[in-house]
Amino acid sequence: MSEAYVLHVNGEEYAVADAWLGESLLYVLRERLGFPGAKAGCEQGECGSCSVLVDGVLVCACLVLAASAVDAEIVTVEGLQPAERGAMSDVQRAFVETGAVQCGFCTPGLIMAVHALLDQDPEPSDLVVREAISGNLCRCTGYGRILEAVEVAARRRSGGPDGAGAGGARGPGR
Amino acid sequence: MPVIVADSVEHALAALTEHPDATVLAGGTDLMVEVNDGRRIPSQVIAVGRVAELAGIRVDGHTQGATIVIGAAATFARLERGTVAELAPALAYAARTVGSPQIRNAATIGGNLATASPAGDSLPVLVALGATLEVAGPDGRRRIPINEFFTGPKRSALAPGELVVAVHVPVRRGPQDYLKVGVRNAMVIAVASLAIAVDLEAHSVGVGLGSVGPTPLAAPDACEWIADRARWDTDHVTVDPGDATEFADRVAAAARPIDDHRGTAEYRRNAVRVMAGRALRRCAR
Amino acid sequence: MTVDVRAGAGVAGGIGQRAIRPDGVAKVRGEYSFSGDLWAEGMLWGQALRSPHPSARIRSIDISPALAINGVHAVLTGADIPVNRYGLEHRDQPVLADDIVRYTGEPVAVVAADHPETARRACAAIVVDYEILAPLVDPENAIDAPAIHPDGNVFRDLVIRRGDVEARGPIAVEGTYEIGMQDQAFMGPEAGLATPTSDGGVDLVVSTQWLHNDRDQIAECLGLAPALVQLSLGGVGGAFGAREDVSLHVHACLLATRTGRPVKIVYSRAESFLGHVHRHPARIWMRHTARPGGEIVSVESRILLDGGAYRSSSYHVTANAACFAAGPYRVPNGHVHAVAVRTNNPPCGAMRGFGVVQSCFAHEAQMDLLAAACEIDPVELRLRNALAPGDELLTGQRIEGTLPVADVIRACAALPLPAPAADDVLARPGGAGRTADAADVRRGVGFAVGFKNLMYAEGYMDGSVARCRIDAGVVTITCAAAEVGQGFVTLVQQIARTVLEVDDVIVAPADTTIGSAGSTSASRQTMMSGGAVEQACRAARAELEARAAVEPGARGPNPGGIDIVALTTREAIDVTEEFNHRLTHPLDADGQGDAHVSFACAAHRAVVDVDPELGLVRVVHLATAQDVGRVLNPLQVTGQIEGGIAQGVGLAVMEELIVQDGHVRNASFTDYLIPTALDAPTVEATLIEEPEPGAPFGAKGVGEPPTISSTPAIVAAIRAATGAPCTRVPVRPRDLT
Repeated sequence: MSEAYVLHVNGEEYAVADAWLGESLLYVLRERLGFPGAKAGCEQGECGSCSVLVDGVLVCACLVLAASAVDAEIVTVEGLQPAERGAMSDVQRAFVETGAVQCGFCTPGLIMAVHALLDQDPEPSDLVVREAISGNLCRCTGYGRILEAVEVAARRRSGGPDGAGAGGARGPGR
Repeated sequence: MPVIVADSVEHALAALTEHPDATVLAGGTDLMVEVNDGRRIPSQVIAVGRVAELAGIRVDGHTQGATIVIGAAATFARLERGTVAELAPALAYAARTVGSPQIRNAATIGGNLATASPAGDSLPVLVALGATLEVAGPDGRRRIPINEFFTGPKRSALAPGELVVAVHVPVRRGPQDYLKVGVRNAMVIAVASLAIAVDLEAHSVGVGLGSVGPTPLAAPDACEWIADRARWDTDHVTVDPGDATEFADRVAAAARPIDDHRGTAEYRRNAVRVMAGRALRRCAR
Repeated sequence: MTVDVRAGAGVAGGIGQRAIRPDGVAKVRGEYSFSGDLWAEGMLWGQALRSPHPSARIRSIDISPALAINGVHAVLTGADIPVNRYGLEHRDQPVLADDIVRYTGEPVAVVAADHPETARRACAAIVVDYEILAPLVDPENAIDAPAIHPDGNVFRDLVIRRGDVEARGPIAVEGTYEIGMQDQAFMGPEAGLATPTSDGGVDLVVSTQWLHNDRDQIAECLGLAPALVQLSLGGVGGAFGAREDVSLHVHACLLATRTGRPVKIVYSRAESFLGHVHRHPARIWMRHTARPGGEIVSVESRILLDGGAYRSSSYHVTANAACFAAGPYRVPNGHVHAVAVRTNNPPCGAMRGFGVVQSCFAHEAQMDLLAAACEIDPVELRLRNALAPGDELLTGQRIEGTLPVADVIRACAALPLPAPAADDVLARPGGAGRTADAADVRRGVGFAVGFKNLMYAEGYMDGSVARCRIDAGVVTITCAAAEVGQGFVTLVQQIARTVLEVDDVIVAPADTTIGSAGSTSASRQTMMSGGAVEQACRAARAELEARAAVEPGARGPNPGGIDIVALTTREAIDVTEEFNHRLTHPLDADGQGDAHVSFACAAHRAVVDVDPELGLVRVVHLATAQDVGRVLNPLQVTGQIEGGIAQGVGLAVMEELIVQDGHVRNASFTDYLIPTALDAPTVEATLIEEPEPGAPFGAKGVGEPPTISSTPAIVAAIRAATGAPCTRVPVRPRDLT
């Protein structure tokens, strides 16, 4: 057992007690703190389904030792949008509208990766997008609709032709 | 306290002395795979990722004879750009092939060294560039030349209680490159990889090979041979096409590949030959 | 991808529209509950101990060290299973091995504990004394080897004889082809939560493709009446065939009933690779003969499928591999011999394309050889032999519905070729690995056509049940069809909106409180459960109109001038309907018979960039034309086409579960590689709409054709770029150097 520790998740503090030392951040988020949005697809950092932001940096939560993430600001997919029911970030809205979601298991991780990308590079080229999401495996879509969703979200952010009436909430400021 | 978050190298070393069986945690991208899989059950962890000295990247000395000192906890994402991309581009190229963006945001060059996998992506570059490792232990600090560091698959000259503190990478004036063969176009473990560095000051060529032996390998015979045969100029080097072919064969001869589920020995040796020819073609006229 | 499709018309969000999936918002917000996200107060974690040997006799199992671990609540072995046999079509598989283990990864014991790590350590503490036996791993030897199971080593031996089996044309081409073991590799590992009920039964929430078949197998194994076992669909993280067989279901239910506590089981990725069936590896010999003009005279083939240790769906995979062995071409004379065998390799069963993927790789390679031998353009050769409605298959069955083979060929071939590769290392084979310069890369183009049956075959009495309830104007549709990501829930809403002319439709959760909808497989749910939903909605609409006729006061805003709210407030409308397709028949001793319901075809043209010296490939572009009957939702058809092609790319150039001496060498995403965004081609599709008689709105299932002929098109393109024969998939770098 590790000693009790505190994690900062989506702007709130959470105490973790009676945990086993080897527990990953992914396990603690999902099973102890009630944030199941990050998914356990491989627990080897090979699928990206568990992507979260730790101090603003996109990482695989499965490869973070939870007890070492004290003092870090952790943002999960649940922290991206206003709490009200049905509200979505611009990236989330683009995913829904373009058909980028099928089974949805990889979706939260991809949403995190695309937010991280667009916050750094608001107008990425096709190859830049592909490289940025190359750590997020999707088995359903073949990525075509996902690439379109990123393009739509980027175009709306830059106030492009499809930007009118973009009512979705933005990701958290970092 | 089962997780000690070290705030200095001395703090980490003291903790290691006190807990000799402790697990050192840097980026976690190798360690946590083993923990999640049940192959390693940590009882005490010393996290070194927040040690300021380990995170730094700086340049020592002036342009000629300068050295990039890369803190062991520098992530591959940081090596992809900035100082490293400018002064050791092959290392930046290699960094870009490590895992995925998420992995590169967490994984560190010190972790790549400590894990000492023959497939570690940065390692052939460090071999080609003739890097030196700075390690710290209970008896102080010492330097280990890269070609003395790897002692076997996932084994290194790091003694119990020692930490990799920094990698000293000589700045070499001249072209360099890194090539990596994987079966997928992203996020893949090397089936074979090769780094090359031409030093127009020293009139030397360095080569490092990955995934084709029990450790990262050098190809000193091939490198000395081609350095001898090449015509050196201030701002470029010229080799005859026939010599380039011979060089590629000699580099391939330095490989010690095996058959495994990722590829055959024969394929790997041939891949090294092809990569060596192409690498030299890119670096020489 | 761009799609050329006629615009949908009618009700907003109705048939033909780009309707948005009803679970989309929850999925992007991370709120959608996958079966691995389930949680219950006081729940325990289940974990299986699996055999490390492909073939062994169990001398003894000592569970006492596991039971002694603090936090362990139950340890069960085969002796604890009331009826220790299950199987999708034939009960030949033990839930937990009794005396023999027949493949590496076969479950031997299960544990329930209060923490997953405790459960894992408890499994490690169980002592199993194995007498290791020599494994039977060569499928060719399996036919005559001593039986490794009381049911024998041959799952099916099927011969199809068509026309004059001695007839030959003057031009002959032959080849032997191999298909490696592909894995479905869905993203959400197997997971479920079983909860004991007060009446001695059990509720299971699980990710599956077919709730009712699972329910029946679980009830049998537990020795319970089916009514005591209730299944509900947990959120499914993809399926592709791998969830058609029972995996953790019985383990979780038994642990729950034994401990009296909820039990959750979630597979790790490694366990998932061992814990579900795979695509059958195959070895296929084929000889085609033709007249000089390219007209096919005969096809002969021998197909050997390695079914692994248990039968699963091998019997019907064999039929598909054989029935469609000649591809979508007129073949007057044929002889096909297909055999599926039992070995000590991992069990194989359903995967998208179901037996046809293997055959298509072979027949399309043959068509290119034939084109070369006849000196005819490969596209032209295919057109000259293209099947059409009214033609007969190898099985003698006449094609009664639509099958626009020539149209898909022409439409695909007419799509524009892509531009040359961008001058960026990421656009070249090897990507950021910087292996290739532009001069090292050669481009190749390849073409392939495939077709497949839709729905179950060979006389299977298939049906699907749906219920439409309108209560005070609120429309709720209930159907047990498993939503696995494909978007059936969207179609439910679209169909109900169109038939009832309403805006809002609630899709109720899928569970076993309603009749079976059959399996989400064989491209069948659009027709079968879509048909059931349509039928139920039409019956509800008829009732509405009947009520309106006798209650002339209920005039209102809804179509037909009626008021749905008023008409359904005093008494709800509640109708349940079953949809059935036309009858099919078994194959006779010569493999002849009217065995299949319906067919769909597609053509693919692949453009690849290859680095021949290193054997690295980048699949650049896939053009496709697909026979879809009618487009119900262009977004979802596009998603199926692009996703199916990506799986075809995987089989062509990277995906193979490597099995050596009965051991899987790469049961992880580190070494079982599936395409990333940098491996997926740009897709350009044309949809051919010829409504299928008897299908709801004329729509065909669209999920499988993209996976069938994309692989051979890519391999043909690699051959064109390199000249290498490429008779095996996946094409490995070493096959090209």
